[in-house]
Amino acid sequence: MTHALTEVRPSRRQALVAALGLGLSIEFLGGSAFADAATRKLVVVICRGGMDGLSVAPPVGDPHYAGLRGAIAIPGFGQPGGALQLDSTFGLHPSLAAVHRLAAKGEARIVPAVATPDRERSHFEAQDVLENGATAAYGVDSGWLNRALQAMGPGKAKAISVGATAPLILRGPVGVASWSPGPGAGRDPRLPGILQDIYAQSDPALARALAMGLSTESMAEVATSDATAALAQAGPAMDGGQMAATSQTAPTAAAGAPGAGMMTPPTAGGAAPQPGRQGLPIARQLGATLAGFMIQPGGPQLAALSIDGFDTHANQGSSQGQLATRLAYLDATIDGLADGMGPAWKDTVVVVATEFGRTARVNGTVGTDHGTASTALLLGGALAKGGIVGDWPTLADGKLFENRDTAPTLDMRALFKGLLVGQYGLDRRALDTTVFPDSAAVAPASGIIA
Amino acid sequence: MALDRDLAAAIAVTRFGLGAKPGEIASVAGGDPQRWLQAQIRPVGGADQPIANPPTSAQRLLEFRDYQRQRQAARAAGGPAFDPVKFAGNLIRQDAGADFLARARLAATTDADFRERWALFWFNHFTVSATKLQTATLVGPFEAEAIRPHVFGRFEDLLVASSSHPGMLLYLDQAQSVGPDTTAATFLSRGGRHAGLNENLAREIMELHTVGLEAGYTQGDVTEFARAMTGWSIGGLRESDDVAGKFLFRPAAHEPGVRTIMGKRYPQDGVQQALAVMRDLAASPHTAHHLAVKLAVHFVADEPQPSLVAQLERTWLGTGGDLAEVANTLILAPEAWSAQAQKFKTPYEFLVSSWRAAGYAPAALQEVAILTAMGQKPFSAPSPKGWPEDAATWCAPDAVIKRIAWVQTLAAKDLAGRDPSQLAADALGARLTPLVAKAIARAETREEGLAILLMSPEFQRR
Repeated sequence: MTHALTEVRPSRRQALVAALGLGLSIEFLGGSAFADAATRKLVVVICRGGMDGLSVAPPVGDPHYAGLRGAIAIPGFGQPGGALQLDSTFGLHPSLAAVHRLAAKGEARIVPAVATPDRERSHFEAQDVLENGATAAYGVDSGWLNRALQAMGPGKAKAISVGATAPLILRGPVGVASWSPGPGAGRDPRLPGILQDIYAQSDPALARALAMGLSTESMAEVATSDATAALAQAGPAMDGGQMAATSQTAPTAAAGAPGAGMMTPPTAGGAAPQPGRQGLPIARQLGATLAGFMIQPGGPQLAALSIDGFDTHANQGSSQGQLATRLAYLDATIDGLADGMGPAWKDTVVVVATEFGRTARVNGTVGTDHGTASTALLLGGALAKGGIVGDWPTLADGKLFENRDTAPTLDMRALFKGLLVGQYGLDRRALDTTVFPDSAAVAPASGIIA
Repeated sequence: MALDRDLAAAIAVTRFGLGAKPGEIASVAGGDPQRWLQAQIRPVGGADQPIANPPTSAQRLLEFRDYQRQRQAARAAGGPAFDPVKFAGNLIRQDAGADFLARARLAATTDADFRERWALFWFNHFTVSATKLQTATLVGPFEAEAIRPHVFGRFEDLLVASSSHPGMLLYLDQAQSVGPDTTAATFLSRGGRHAGLNENLAREIMELHTVGLEAGYTQGDVTEFARAMTGWSIGGLRESDDVAGKFLFRPAAHEPGVRTIMGKRYPQDGVQQALAVMRDLAASPHTAHHLAVKLAVHFVADEPQPSLVAQLERTWLGTGGDLAEVANTLILAPEAWSAQAQKFKTPYEFLVSSWRAAGYAPAALQEVAILTAMGQKPFSAPSPKGWPEDAATWCAPDAVIKRIAWVQTLAAKDLAGRDPSQLAADALGARLTPLVAKAIARAETREEGLAILLMSPEFQRR
């Protein structure tokens, strides 16, 4: 793999030089015109499949928690495999050790009962609503993050998604980059220019995608080398020797090396490569690489990343098991991202959200079914210090939504609005009409950003 | 059709089919392109099988059991510990890899490429994904056993075949769903095991496979259907070989009683209850509309003309979901023959059509692994909804870069003596534009010429 990378890199440069020679726009190479927003970063991590909030931040201090959850309850503070304590009620899943370290510094908070306006319990409809920012799945086919870019004004900020394809949240009128590990645009240095010329005359959508792809490739070289360096310096938190050996090869192996396609456990179109527990270094590398993009001069301010595999209908596990593995992957990604951002972390907020939570009660197959409110995680140096965001409805009898799910106390759009106001000062009118259509009744959550 | 025959032939092969092999468009243009498509509809026999006498899903499940037993015996004799995850990884590589490669080779070489595309549509509609370890080796058998034989039959039969196949029963957790008021539940809970309802498959049959959310059913309807489906299970791997790993209705796990779903009462006993529900779901006008839209989106445009949807819907309702008739209506619909190519190829469609254009068939699993980097990992749709079909998903910056890199590796394979301009004329026929033809003619190398062809707008779209 290392051999393949070193072989491809020079020709990728040639391709970029050739592209520049033809006058293509390399957007990221220019400086940003919006100095204020340029340093504020927002990363949205979407956990697909309906992430179980009651396991992400288990309310082990809630007297009804253990009874409802049975075999999948996370043990209490201080017990073997127990929750990592946040306050007297809430802890974090033991797989979320890096998040817990951030929480100890005031750089992580939980939002324990947040939901989109959708109540259908359909993955697909709920994910659409989470990403399109509307009240219904249909009729709006662009994403709220793209419309937020638009509301900031032309050229004020840029965005990137991790993965080969564009998720709904970033689709829309503003061109957005996407990136995943791979060998770049190949060896023929003339080809990108020839294609750009053809696309410019006959296919605007392909022209836009290619221009964005080429400019992102030029950043990728810097981002991947920075990420490798950052991880190599990260020291005792990990096995440095092992990292040095895997950091170059791992992302490529996960994404498409010969034979790897059939080997790695769950992954998906549009989602990041997702190895199991043995692949945690890859997850860290992915987070660090994304950071490598974002901290470059003129780099993107906004980013979206998807992780899937959270649909735990059966054998969900408790401190160990299926869900624990996914959460460890999430934790490693966040850890790599936080490390990789370096000094820029102080201006960064990461929000981790899912389309819906899961049933409060364990089901017949030691898992949980589609529910309503779930837990969102907020991370970053830009966070205001404080406790939970939104109210905790408790799991007491009569408090469950439809006697089944955690009841929502906060609208997901209020959370997202609060982040956009705090980070970018977006005005209320734009938020209520274009970014989140018909949402004047939903006020931005306050006190999230320092 | 008002189109000239050359353009119609190019559309028949590239839009309805899987892309032209050298000589294919010329051959179709020599006859009637619509008849060429109609001749591929095969009500008896269904779609072609990629593997003759393929391993069954039961064999695949038993393979794992037998291996486990061997290893347990080895461990008892002091051998190394058995690592089920590692073993499953090996199985996935060998079995699922071979299945996928065989399917890709069929697509790359078949002369009946409309028939294969029609089957691909139905695999994606009834998705079983290898993202779940226990179903990873069952995706190939699921396609071979539940889908291919029924794609030109009645939709109801396809639905029942899918819903009773071990691959689907495991993928959507139905196999272990137990009625709460049954002897099985009592027995299992006495033994300290959890037993109860799992509504996953029932929900997705309603939402994804049949009527869709717009039918307006409630959570209560989903739960009632899940109760009706209890008992639809698989013979356990410890049971005798004649039932192990096969569909098995377990009366002891079936929730007794009358069910009410979308306002209709279902008094049937046993396995007949869920079958009656499925029959009604299959016959619903909501299902006809849902599938008519999906077919039009797959074959013609991300936002298809309502008149095309209406024709498909009418045939569906008029024939009780006869898929051969629906296919025929699609072939005869003028809207499907628009000169404008509106569909952006998915990564799999792009690879298959590229292989066909180059007269090449993949020989090793490594050659399909690139699908993962392009965002479409083999047999691993991200959710039961299957792969997205729209240009907004696939015409993305990183995805385009990955395609450019890949066409160069394909072009670097043995193309001695092939003229890129001739390959382009063969691959696109009357759809080749002067702009692209000129760029190919000016290419510095054969490899560059082929790369330009495969990355051209008219090749990326269909």
